[in-house]
Amino acid sequence: MAFPVLSIIVFTPAVAAMILLMIPAQRKTEARGVALAAATFALLLSLWVYIQYLTQHMTGYQFVEQYNWLSALGISLHFGVDGMSAPLVLLTGVVMFTGVLISWGDFDEHSHLSAGIQDRPREFFAFLFILASGVFGVFASLDLFMLFFFYEIAVFPMYLLIVIWGWIQTREYAAMKLTLYLFIGSVVALVGALAMYWTAGQSTGIYSFDMLQLEKAGFSASFQNLWFLPVFFGFAVLGGIWPFHNWSPDGHVAAPTAVSMFHAGVLMKLGAFAALRVGIMLLPEGAQHWSWVIMLCAGVAVVYGAFIAFIQTDFKYMVGFSSVSHMGLVMLGFSTLNRDGLTGAGVQMFSHGIMTALFFAVVGMIYDRAHTREIPQLGGMAKVMPFAAIGFIIGGLVSMGMPGFSGFIAEFPIFLGVWQSQWLVAVIASISIIITAAYIMRNIRQVFFGQMPEKFEGHITGITILDKIAITTLCLLMIVIGLFPSVMVPVVQTGVNHILQLLGVA
Amino acid sequence: MFTSTAFLSILPETLILVLGVILLVVEPFMKEERRRNVGWLTAGGLLAILVISVLVGRPAVATSTFGNTIRFDGLGFFFKMLFVFGAGITALFLMDHEKVGQRGEAYLMLLASTIGMCLMASAADLIMLYLAIETTSIPLYVLSGFMLGDDRSTEAGFKYLLFGAMTSAVMLYGFSLLFGFAGTTNLYALADAFKSGQVSAPVIFGVIILLIVGLSFKVSIVPFHFWAPDVYEGAPTPVSGFLSTASKAAGFAVIARLFLIAFSNFTIDWITVFAVLSAVTMTVGNLLALPQKNLKRMLAYSSIAHAGYAMIGIVAFSKLGVASVVFYMAAYIVTNLAAFGVVVAVGRVVGSDEYESYKGLSRRSPLLGLIMLAAFLSLAGMPPFAGFVAKVFVFAAGVQSGFVWLVVVGILNSIIGVYYYLNVMKYVYLYRLENEDEDKHPIALTRPYMIALVVLVLGVILLGTVFAPWFSSANAAALNLF
Repeated sequence: MAFPVLSIIVFTPAVAAMILLMIPAQRKTEARGVALAAATFALLLSLWVYIQYLTQHMTGYQFVEQYNWLSALGISLHFGVDGMSAPLVLLTGVVMFTGVLISWGDFDEHSHLSAGIQDRPREFFAFLFILASGVFGVFASLDLFMLFFFYEIAVFPMYLLIVIWGWIQTREYAAMKLTLYLFIGSVVALVGALAMYWTAGQSTGIYSFDMLQLEKAGFSASFQNLWFLPVFFGFAVLGGIWPFHNWSPDGHVAAPTAVSMFHAGVLMKLGAFAALRVGIMLLPEGAQHWSWVIMLCAGVAVVYGAFIAFIQTDFKYMVGFSSVSHMGLVMLGFSTLNRDGLTGAGVQMFSHGIMTALFFAVVGMIYDRAHTREIPQLGGMAKVMPFAAIGFIIGGLVSMGMPGFSGFIAEFPIFLGVWQSQWLVAVIASISIIITAAYIMRNIRQVFFGQMPEKFEGHITGITILDKIAITTLCLLMIVIGLFPSVMVPVVQTGVNHILQLLGVA
Repeated sequence: MFTSTAFLSILPETLILVLGVILLVVEPFMKEERRRNVGWLTAGGLLAILVISVLVGRPAVATSTFGNTIRFDGLGFFFKMLFVFGAGITALFLMDHEKVGQRGEAYLMLLASTIGMCLMASAADLIMLYLAIETTSIPLYVLSGFMLGDDRSTEAGFKYLLFGAMTSAVMLYGFSLLFGFAGTTNLYALADAFKSGQVSAPVIFGVIILLIVGLSFKVSIVPFHFWAPDVYEGAPTPVSGFLSTASKAAGFAVIARLFLIAFSNFTIDWITVFAVLSAVTMTVGNLLALPQKNLKRMLAYSSIAHAGYAMIGIVAFSKLGVASVVFYMAAYIVTNLAAFGVVVAVGRVVGSDEYESYKGLSRRSPLLGLIMLAAFLSLAGMPPFAGFVAKVFVFAAGVQSGFVWLVVVGILNSIIGVYYYLNVMKYVYLYRLENEDEDKHPIALTRPYMIALVVLVLGVILLGTVFAPWFSSANAAALNLF
């Protein structure tokens, strides 16, 4: 058996969490050290997996490992990545690493930053890492039962992370709302998954949760039409699809910086990815039958999210709603069910994950120092933190879909795909690009280049070297993909090929 | 007649009896202030019984012993081991309970009740079954009212006794009718009699209702749940834990055997009844748990709700259904004992079970906070804890048998569950003591509590991650009914 790299990636954060919980509470530096070591380790391994996949021109599921877990019910611990999930595993590694870097200073004894999250770094990182294990697990799982298992693990630590370390004014409300939304979505999808399991078993005689088996089950059209919507939307709740997006901006705003990064950067991809893998790939006919519903909801999310982001005065809410809008583009890409749209959606998941992690990191840095997120009250930040300003501008350009950045590589094929399937939707959705450009540029002008309010003069300090490393990492990724699409697009396309086969259009 | 199989079939019961006699002999010789150590003896003895039984007492093939009154099979054995485990943990919890732990009688009552439960799980005869149920219940009535001079405890004991006697009488009436109609008291002979069509269905439907009354009381199914919150709140907390876990599991063991063996011919009669009861129980239990401010009462309502979830497995009427119920009970016993264990440990120091008194717990004792987190997330059905897997199995069994509506009800209910379980965790992790001086008010764990809680948490995680061996045993147990 080959080196079990995926299980190591999946279980590294969980093991690190256990170690963290055993460290005495007052040893804050050791706790952070363990966290950083584990995050670096996971990042390097996921990078290695991705580079192997890219340079070896792999196709289909690779790095496959399978261990029997409960043979009586056909449950196995089955890991493997394909062109869709390999970039997302890398994304998780990157966000985890930068998230630890960004929150490093929050736990300093003398830190004047971050109202209220200085205490208990041990628990903070432990819960964050349990969540990370869940996320890795979902992206790597090829077994439906295990996918749910890891999915739930990825959801519940969020409650604690927000409620304990979150923004004091809304954390209790937002944390509970988020948890309930996501839990409802996942259990609804679970019923669909159980129905798939039994139906496939009855028709093929093999009772198995293995998704590679279920792909071949050949569900009847009526079955697929019945169960597609519950399964797809059950997961898509976490992808922030309209009209179930309501938890997401509240959750983003209430969460502490590293958690927002994780949340918008990775967790929302989790929902989109699971909706793709379980909804579209296992129930392809259902997807074709209902694709107009997804297109409608996604189209509304794209435009509506952008408009709502435009009128926000709270910096973090603005980023939160822009996430809804951008994740809408991912769903829009899914709904086309054609090569261009799906490829764009795959790249967009990665691109948006990096971009929004960067956004939240910068917003967090500003809030830590200015203690306000009201855009009109901010200004002149480029003078004291030029590095963060440049990072945010690059993120903004990605967000607008500017050529030369990863956003363009992602959004252009999506619109191409949508045009092929419904040109009117493409026209309407493209309004969002203009709106996005408007609010991004307006905010960059106000926050970074506007007049700095007098009360901030001399009080705002620059950002630390760790923050700079995090920003640089994120920016580099977006630029590299923008300039050299061949580092990502071919990988995603191998994944898309497989989906198109299942859809019967390739 | 007294063959080695016969001996093995009641091995745990016999050993518990021996242990009880040893306690009786040893206890008077102990100094009064050291009587707490009886708890070590009880727990250690039960652990030894568990090990011995697993090593030598496992049933190879299902056989009937003692004139067909005892069924020696995997189902009974699995449940017996659960009861012995639960009793051992409860003995540890009793040790440092101020008013109960120093008195040897409490441990003896616990053992007596455990013998009854073991017999419940293996009884194959109505008379044996009734005796077993009473052997289980009477010591529990005493234990619930054990704190003399404490009005609430006395009330709990009295209430439990009245409800128990009443429903037990109704059930006994049902048993006598069964004997009258079929001419036998043996469950397996009853099944044969019914299959040959001697007894008409409407008559049996009436009898089934009578039996459901009695058994619903034991497992606290709505509308026979009223006693649970009051009794759990008033009884000594370790006893509440025992009531809500082992005693409930014993009820499910009886329900499984009685209905799936004796009444397998009349499924249309009772499956619908149980399906409705299950849906109502889940919903009522969860809705009433929402407004609670007292943790013991909340756990009482949550245990009602859990009886409803487990019932889905019975309703499914399939191998997987029974296996999932057995697994659910194992997961539930471990989880709920952990939850009650935390209440015991905190209550001993804080002196209250209100949510308010759990403020700052995660700072006063990080370990206890984590244990509580694991237990409550498991109750809420979150991985990687036992409750998640148990729920998925039960729901899977429900979907397999076509009870999608019931599963949907179950799922909506688990969402309510998530709300109120997490709500408690908010007190533990978020809220703080008034002066934010948690450092000065640590909650120390005594050794028995530490051992018991760590064992339970490991169990919760083990059942929730490496679930294959446990499920296989549960599956093997379920095979005995088909």
